Amino acid sequence: MKALTQKRRHPFAFVALLLLGLLLTGGLYAAATTVNEAQASNLPEGYTSEQVEEGERLFVANCATCHGMNAEGTDAGPSLVGVGAASVDFQVGTGRMPMQMQGPQAQQKPPQFNEEQTAQLAAYVASLGTGPAVPEDEYLDVDQGDPSRGGELFRINCAMCHNAAGAGGALTEGKFAPSLHGVEERHIYEAMTTGPQNMPVFNDANIPPEDKRDIIAFLKTYENQGTPGGFSLGFLGPVSEGLLIWTLGLALLIGSMVWLTSRSS
Amino acid sequence: MSAADKNYTEAQYLEADQYQPRTRTGRIANYVDQRVGGTGIVREFGRKVFPDHWSFMFGEVALYSFIIVVLSGAFLTFWFDPSMATTRYSGSYAPLQGVDMSTAYATALELSFDVRGGLFMRQLHHWGALLFILAMSVHMLRVFFTGAFRKPRELNWVVGCALLILGLGAGFTGYSLPDEVLSGNGLRIIDGMMKAIPVVGTYLSFFLFGGEFPGDEVIPRLYTLHIFIIPGMILILIAIHLFMVVVHKHTQYPGPGRTERNVVGYPVGPVYAAKAGGFFFIVLGILCLISGTFQINALWNYGPYDPSPVQAGAQPDWYIGPFEGVLRLMPGWLGPIPLEFVIPTPWGGNSVATPVLVPMIPIAVMFLGMFIWPWIEAWITGDKKEHHLLDRPRNAPTRTAVGAATVTFYCIMWGMGSNDLIATHFQLSLNDITYWSRVLIFVGPVIAYILTKRICLALQRKDREIALHGHEAGIIEVSPDGGFHERHKLPSEYELWTLVSYEAPAPSGPRPNAKGKVTRVEKFRAALNRMFFEDRVEPVSRQEYLEALEHNGHHDGATGLEAAQSQEQITAGHSGRH
Repeated sequence: MKALTQKRRHPFAFVALLLLGLLLTGGLYAAATTVNEAQASNLPEGYTSEQVEEGERLFVANCATCHGMNAEGTDAGPSLVGVGAASVDFQVGTGRMPMQMQGPQAQQKPPQFNEEQTAQLAAYVASLGTGPAVPEDEYLDVDQGDPSRGGELFRINCAMCHNAAGAGGALTEGKFAPSLHGVEERHIYEAMTTGPQNMPVFNDANIPPEDKRDIIAFLKTYENQGTPGGFSLGFLGPVSEGLLIWTLGLALLIGSMVWLTSRSS
Repeated sequence: MSAADKNYTEAQYLEADQYQPRTRTGRIANYVDQRVGGTGIVREFGRKVFPDHWSFMFGEVALYSFIIVVLSGAFLTFWFDPSMATTRYSGSYAPLQGVDMSTAYATALELSFDVRGGLFMRQLHHWGALLFILAMSVHMLRVFFTGAFRKPRELNWVVGCALLILGLGAGFTGYSLPDEVLSGNGLRIIDGMMKAIPVVGTYLSFFLFGGEFPGDEVIPRLYTLHIFIIPGMILILIAIHLFMVVVHKHTQYPGPGRTERNVVGYPVGPVYAAKAGGFFFIVLGILCLISGTFQINALWNYGPYDPSPVQAGAQPDWYIGPFEGVLRLMPGWLGPIPLEFVIPTPWGGNSVATPVLVPMIPIAVMFLGMFIWPWIEAWITGDKKEHHLLDRPRNAPTRTAVGAATVTFYCIMWGMGSNDLIATHFQLSLNDITYWSRVLIFVGPVIAYILTKRICLALQRKDREIALHGHEAGIIEVSPDGGFHERHKLPSEYELWTLVSYEAPAPSGPRPNAKGKVTRVEKFRAALNRMFFEDRVEPVSRQEYLEALEHNGHHDGATGLEAAQSQEQITAGHSGRH
């Protein structure tokens, strides 16, 4: 230690210290970046590196305008880091993304990418950061679900926006909850885990995967049972019923009245 | 004049008493007739004359749909149990199996899925109820716009209004019975409205629900109202209503030979009675067709009542729609100022839920106005005469305009009741619809009033034009000197009767009372009277008609002559009304 105390006033001591400092910061920085890079290049589970690469190419060509070259988000679209594969599978798989036009809410349209491309995009986005994954088949098998339990969960958690029969409903400022009729099991599940558009996220702590399966089972049972009472009138309840009686009902009545009194004085 | 009023000789009585029919059927008929007095009834009612017009049949539709609703409702009572006791559903509807629910909901599901014909009867009952109130409403609109509520029928109009209110009550209590989420939401609104009444609101709510909402007593209570008290009152009022129709005789539209002192139409027996009886089955047929093909109130969707969720698309049946709409219309805040406030009281303060209370004011004013309109109109117009001839709506422009304004007001509230569905189906912003409707609710009725009045006056002028100059025939003639001229076809005497026989009084101005003083109230009345009658199109007078004929005579003498021959009767018919 004596040597050090003696040499500390050496003219080169300052230079040595500076070098040491620079080396330390640089080394730490290098270490930190490598760790980051190691994370980024971590392959998401179930996807290959070719899929990620192909996905990035598709992303740059189709999505980067709004979401940014590195999916970091721009004024026109949110960051996709950490949204997970489920989100991509839902948004792209139902045709909502790429978005046709900016509006209160992304409109559904025929999907623009096939299954393979969707998976590649999902792989790329999943590689950017961890997020909800595409659900396992086990949780999409409606035969294992309990529809009456699912019905209860649906009425408590979903019917406020999606209507008791899943026919959809209005939200504020032109936004809406879409109809759930004919939506694929996978997409229903993904919507719950990722909360697309204005939908809240129902994560696994909130609604466990088994319960999500019950809800899907309820929706599919409901969809397949048909309408016991005749035409459903859009599952919209009293408004469409009132409309029917004021149009068809009244027209039939007036028609018969005019017929009955047509041969009068 | 019934048979009993006539004086018979002793011999005639004996003859009637000892009359022995020869056939078996005759003997049975005579036996019954001697005990029931059927001859007298048929003689009296079978000869009553009813004018025939399709628009007069809405009242009948209301009556028939009420009968259908009562009969189908009786069927439902055999299975429905209005108990709020908890039970576990084990019926055949899979998505609800094992779910805890009230017995009321469980039995409603049983009716829908496990009782043969139960779903059809439930749907018939519900569709019938919608039609019942629809028919009453359209009937009332007909009565209003044709002025059929005027003297001597004011009281019957009030009975009709009461029937409408009872119909709303019957409908709402029935809507609430199945105890699912949708109807529970409706009851929650009623609960909220009651609790919004200052000071006594909470007590009223606790009284109705037997404790804090929802409690376990409200369904049985509504059931008693729904199947016993309200239908009983409706039945009594229908009896009074029909009795008064017989006493007053039916009104008729102006037309050839129709005056204030006669009724032109068909006698009840046998054709009219057969038609009316057949019409019952037509109404039943239409309702069965709709009930068999269109699902109504799919109560299995909604699930057992639970006060926490409110589902998207939760709406009442159509006739409660305006009540719902006006609540949706009312803002809770005006900018930064909350509309709800608290009255400080020694026991802690009473909150006054203005956003719930205020919307009830226009509804109350509308219904009150409906009840007392006959007296309002008679007071303004000073018309004390009896009226058995109806007004064509155009011939009472101000009344028609007031009616149209009210209908517009109603429809805006009605539409707002489904603002969420308008938003989704027309891809509009829910908020914008609400903001626009808040303006429209004030501006719309005014526009409707002005437009309707102008349209009525224009139609009257058109009528006058046709009466004096005839219809445009579409034939252009060239005269020898090269002038072009369209030939006009004069209306037939039948048509002319309808066109000219109405009254359009001039504003009467304020009149002094017995003390010779013109009171402030009288001045107000006179101002309203001026508003009523200021813009008027006078009916064609005899003098004008003759002059016009002379003028037309230059062009086509033959038609003019023919009309001139019938003209005597027209003016006779017109003046005969005074």
